[in-house]
Amino acid sequence: MTGSSSRTLKTILFLGYAFLYIPLLVIVFFSFNKARLMTTWTGFSLKWYQELLSDTVMLRATWTSFRIAAISATIAVVLGTLAAVAIVRFQRFRGKTLFTGLVTAPLVMPDIVTGLSLLLLFVAIQHLTGWPQSRGVMTVIIAHTTLAIAYVTAVVQVRLAEFDRSLEEAALDLGASPLKVFFVITLPLIAPAVATGWLFAFALSLDDVVIASFVAGPGATTLPMVIFSSLRLGISPEINALTTILILFLSFGVSIAAITIRKTRR
Amino acid sequence: MKRPFRKVRKRVPYDILSRRGHALITAIPYIWLLVFFLIPCLFLLRISFSDAILARPPYTDIVSILPEGLLQIRLNISSYLTLFRDELYQRGLITSFAIAGSSTFCCLLIGYPMAYTIARSSEKVRPILQLLVILPFWTSFLIRVYAWIALLSPTGVINGLFLRFGLISEPLALMQTPFAVCLGIVYAYLPFMVLPLCVSITRIDTELLDAAHDLGCRPLKTFLAITLPLSFSGMIAGSVLVFIPAIGEYVIPELLGGSETLTIGRIVWNEFFVNMSWPVASALAILLILFVVLPISCWQRWREVRA
Repeated sequence: MTGSSSRTLKTILFLGYAFLYIPLLVIVFFSFNKARLMTTWTGFSLKWYQELLSDTVMLRATWTSFRIAAISATIAVVLGTLAAVAIVRFQRFRGKTLFTGLVTAPLVMPDIVTGLSLLLLFVAIQHLTGWPQSRGVMTVIIAHTTLAIAYVTAVVQVRLAEFDRSLEEAALDLGASPLKVFFVITLPLIAPAVATGWLFAFALSLDDVVIASFVAGPGATTLPMVIFSSLRLGISPEINALTTILILFLSFGVSIAAITIRKTRR
Repeated sequence: MKRPFRKVRKRVPYDILSRRGHALITAIPYIWLLVFFLIPCLFLLRISFSDAILARPPYTDIVSILPEGLLQIRLNISSYLTLFRDELYQRGLITSFAIAGSSTFCCLLIGYPMAYTIARSSEKVRPILQLLVILPFWTSFLIRVYAWIALLSPTGVINGLFLRFGLISEPLALMQTPFAVCLGIVYAYLPFMVLPLCVSITRIDTELLDAAHDLGCRPLKTFLAITLPLSFSGMIAGSVLVFIPAIGEYVIPELLGGSETLTIGRIVWNEFFVNMSWPVASALAILLILFVVLPISCWQRWREVRA
């Protein structure tokens, strides 16, 4: 690569990062603005943070969202790991093609279709059996779990396919029961992938607004739903403050991860 | 004396697991996905053939048992006819494809040079550069869309700056345009394009590039003859990852777009929540599955099998 073209490429990369980061940094900057509008800087103030932290609707929605995300991620990890074991380890079983298709299909389905179809299911079940009496946290958990299984399976599948199976074989030869082999050998080996899958599922649930809007009942307004309805009205200083807090948490998490990685490498 | 090597029968783990065990492990996720994914899709199909009525739920059952002991299945195709007759839906389809297509293309244009530079950087910095691409993605999706509301809206940052420096006398209409929607999609899904591209460009054997260089090939020609074709799979993967969410996107066109960016996602939403016409919304969803989701997934599967 010649010098000038390499310089051009570096400039493009830099501009790409600028495109990714400047919009977020602008929001962080204006979250400390006194005025409601983002056209001019009128002075430093923390009042929007105060307002955010005393917004009970927002706080309640945050709690609901975290609960839904944690529960659905946990169920999805169990189901997704089972699905990955079935796909990678079981040679052939009836309906395997349909099974692999079902596992990957939610990845390519638009959210709006997933949400609509699940709502139709819940409505029909309710019409026939009376359950669920009202859509709420439960239905959102089911919807998010279904979506997240696909991601968990994809991550765990890769890890299951690549690790050394002789350890499992040795344990089996030494007389361990298959269940014990799974919990003592297999699970610790795939644990990083399972953890990644859980985090992925958690983040997916926290990020979803479309599916939740379809299947959530009146009692289960999630944080993204609250944010979405406030975004419909345009610029909101409270959301600026929320963004800043989110970015703060994120950078905190990333720095901790970076430090641990550096320490373990040494 | 050497003992003769005895062939050890290789046992595959889980094979000694009884067939019942296999069935149990498979059945749990299988049943979940059947009940909460496949059956809902069938409901979509069923309701797309029913009549819309003013009731709860707002559709009729297509299956009914008549008093003479006859099972009647009535398929009402008027929802589909509406979709084909009314220009609104065709325009929605065209808009969706135009927006998703041009956003995917822009992602490719911006993402390729970025991915190329990242892939050609030293092994030490590469993970950091990749992390920098994903990092904004870990903030919330809505926040990333909001960032552009904050920048583009009439009382937003860009208009504020321009007004201040006297470049314009009244706010520009940046929001509620197809441009804003494309920008939002590109911003939201750019990492989906850059990461697969990075992987496929990194995988290219550098000896090929060295050979081309030694044989006197100019850098541009090397790029066009070697790098570009060999990174084709990454371009396809990235494009699919951007195009699929973009085609059914609801949030971005709703928040950043105006009335002229009525995409399929928005139409489905409006039919369902505003017009309460569940059969039409279902029919649209079915068409979206048939003509977008199924072809792309079949095509991807075909490519996987071939590879």
